[in-house]
Amino acid sequence: MARYNLTHLKELEAESIFIIREVFAQFENPGILFSGGKDSIVVTHLARKAFWPAKIPFPLVHIDTGHNFPETIDFRDNLVKELGVNLVVASVQKSIDAGRVREETGKNASRNWLQITTLLDSIEENKFDALMGGARRDEEKARAKERFFSHRDEFGQWDPKNQRPELWNLFNGKKNQGEHFRVFPISNWTEMDVWQYILSENIDIPSLYIAHEREVIRRDGTWLPKSEFTQLREGEKIEKKKIRFRTLGDITITGGIESDADTLEKIVFEVSALRQTERGNRSDDKRSETAMEDRKKEGYF
Amino acid sequence: MSDGYLDMELLRFTTAGSVDDGKSTLIGRLLFDSKSIFEDQLLSVENSSKKKGLGHVDLSLLTDGLKDEREQGITIDVAYRYFATPKRKFIIADTPGHIQYTRNMVTGASTANLALILVDARKGVIEQTCRHSFIASLLQIPHIIVCVNKMDLVDYSEEAYDKVVKQYEDFAAKLDVKDIRFIPISALHGDNVVNKSEKTPWFHGGTLLHELETIHIASDENHIDCRFPVQTVIRPHSDEYHDYRGYAGRVSGGIFKPGDAVTVLPSGLTSKIKSIDTADGPIAEAFPPMSVTLTLEDDIDISRGDMIVRDNNQPKAVQDIDVMLCWMNNKGPLPRAKYTLFHTSNEVKAIIKEVQYKVDINTLHRMEEDKDIKSNEIARVQLRTTKPLLVDSYRRNRNTGSIILVDEATNETVAAGMII
Repeated sequence: MARYNLTHLKELEAESIFIIREVFAQFENPGILFSGGKDSIVVTHLARKAFWPAKIPFPLVHIDTGHNFPETIDFRDNLVKELGVNLVVASVQKSIDAGRVREETGKNASRNWLQITTLLDSIEENKFDALMGGARRDEEKARAKERFFSHRDEFGQWDPKNQRPELWNLFNGKKNQGEHFRVFPISNWTEMDVWQYILSENIDIPSLYIAHEREVIRRDGTWLPKSEFTQLREGEKIEKKKIRFRTLGDITITGGIESDADTLEKIVFEVSALRQTERGNRSDDKRSETAMEDRKKEGYF
Repeated sequence: MSDGYLDMELLRFTTAGSVDDGKSTLIGRLLFDSKSIFEDQLLSVENSSKKKGLGHVDLSLLTDGLKDEREQGITIDVAYRYFATPKRKFIIADTPGHIQYTRNMVTGASTANLALILVDARKGVIEQTCRHSFIASLLQIPHIIVCVNKMDLVDYSEEAYDKVVKQYEDFAAKLDVKDIRFIPISALHGDNVVNKSEKTPWFHGGTLLHELETIHIASDENHIDCRFPVQTVIRPHSDEYHDYRGYAGRVSGGIFKPGDAVTVLPSGLTSKIKSIDTADGPIAEAFPPMSVTLTLEDDIDISRGDMIVRDNNQPKAVQDIDVMLCWMNNKGPLPRAKYTLFHTSNEVKAIIKEVQYKVDINTLHRMEEDKDIKSNEIARVQLRTTKPLLVDSYRRNRNTGSIILVDEATNETVAAGMII
């Protein structure tokens, strides 16, 4: 490689750090949306690098569905302690208890939609004017059209047809009172980039991503983890399989894949050979062709 | 597995075109052959194509993800697609050929190293070819690859190919592009896309993918004029780093080293670089597009919007700025309207003082009579700012030569400009 050229990972890193610093400079009260998944872990890692040797100058914000992988919560709490940053938890259960939202019923019930209200309430309550997330353009077709700096109106809504053009390194974070921005520092990363970066930077991730013998249920073509929130349906049984998760969301809707990838190296190798997108195991995206766009317009991540 | 990915470079390129020139087919082939389309994506696109009654698989449905786009069969916006080979990772800014083409092509071109231009071997250079090439030249995309497509429909004739090349070269003489290459291809049959075609034995150049993988891009950045716009100041206030004061930013030009004598603008105060810090430790030199933190030997007052440069190579400080402006908003500018101008890490107020001429992007003719700027038009204007800006010409440096204008009432980004 030429002397004055960066590797693709270093160039992506430099771009993301630039974006994160720009958020700090242009907004008064930003935060990082932290789910405990690999993408938000990478964004947090990049934020640490962006402000080193200072601490990350904003909180991590967790929208807690209550349906978590227990391991994710431990991971979150350890990371917050290690980084010395504030943690803001917004609870979907509290929104349900307060009557702000009603729990879905029926066989495909999930708390996915309910997060939107909890998230928007938390933005209002904490007066966040910019929230950074780990969404990537390669993940999903509605996200392919996202800006780095994505404007949200006073109702938290996204207007995909009226987005601001983004050119060069110039990012326009101007807004009116009550509006906010969602910012996606790793927009240009692919799933492969994320894994290669985790491997090359040796970033700690929840072991759910690593293949391990787990108790699972076969449903809708994927392996759902056994949990107190998942009811067995007729004909279903709990099986033991060597499973890892490609994404970590709400435990009731996140399916795993059978895998022997029990090290980061093996995961990078496996990802390069996989023929299905990572969100293919997320039942929240399978509800309709435009499920993601519909949620995003209302205020979803 | 090998650690090959630790040695990969990133290349950003832009494509533009309409449905029938084979662009989707070409991108589809690059994605397919590099295994960047997933089975579930393909299945979903196949189903949607069937639902729409199409006889073929419409690959534009891969990224035309918005409901309106899918319903109307149009691309509203720039779509970013990603693929990688063992040598490089590629980001394609795929821009629609018709609706708001200027706005979208300019956006896609602003960060591209390379423009891919498709010409139908039967039709030769047409209006759309000129338009796309002009924007590539205006935005100073360093490399252009002209794919002479549909060679299968002209029997892979060298003569037909030469004719198109000649026609393009004649037109391109008017442009300001350093590196133009030509490849005869058939996107449909894959000739010279990934694999060398046996049907064009007279062609001695590399395939498209080979060019994309090997074209030299390290010199695309400016490594001469040292420019470091300060994004933010890092002050840890911790016991360990009690007096630490670092200037965070992205190198926008030149190569910085510890010990370099530097001037801070606009104050003009001078100092020396003490260290170039990153979270992975101090480094010996910083160059574009690295994000780093500089510390200086002396304690001087520096804040966001200031620029650190070398003593003997400074940008111009100007308040009257000549720019080529691309108007992106649906409503044109109002007379004497004030805008917020973004330039590097700076924001100032600006007005459009004078419109000198508009450019017809199909013919490159100057229009000096009609000075009424409308949506998707390009004009040479003079801006007046409230404070001096530290600028280079866009031709010299894309980072310090570019601006955007933001409407004060709506907060929308209404125009993009290249400093002359």
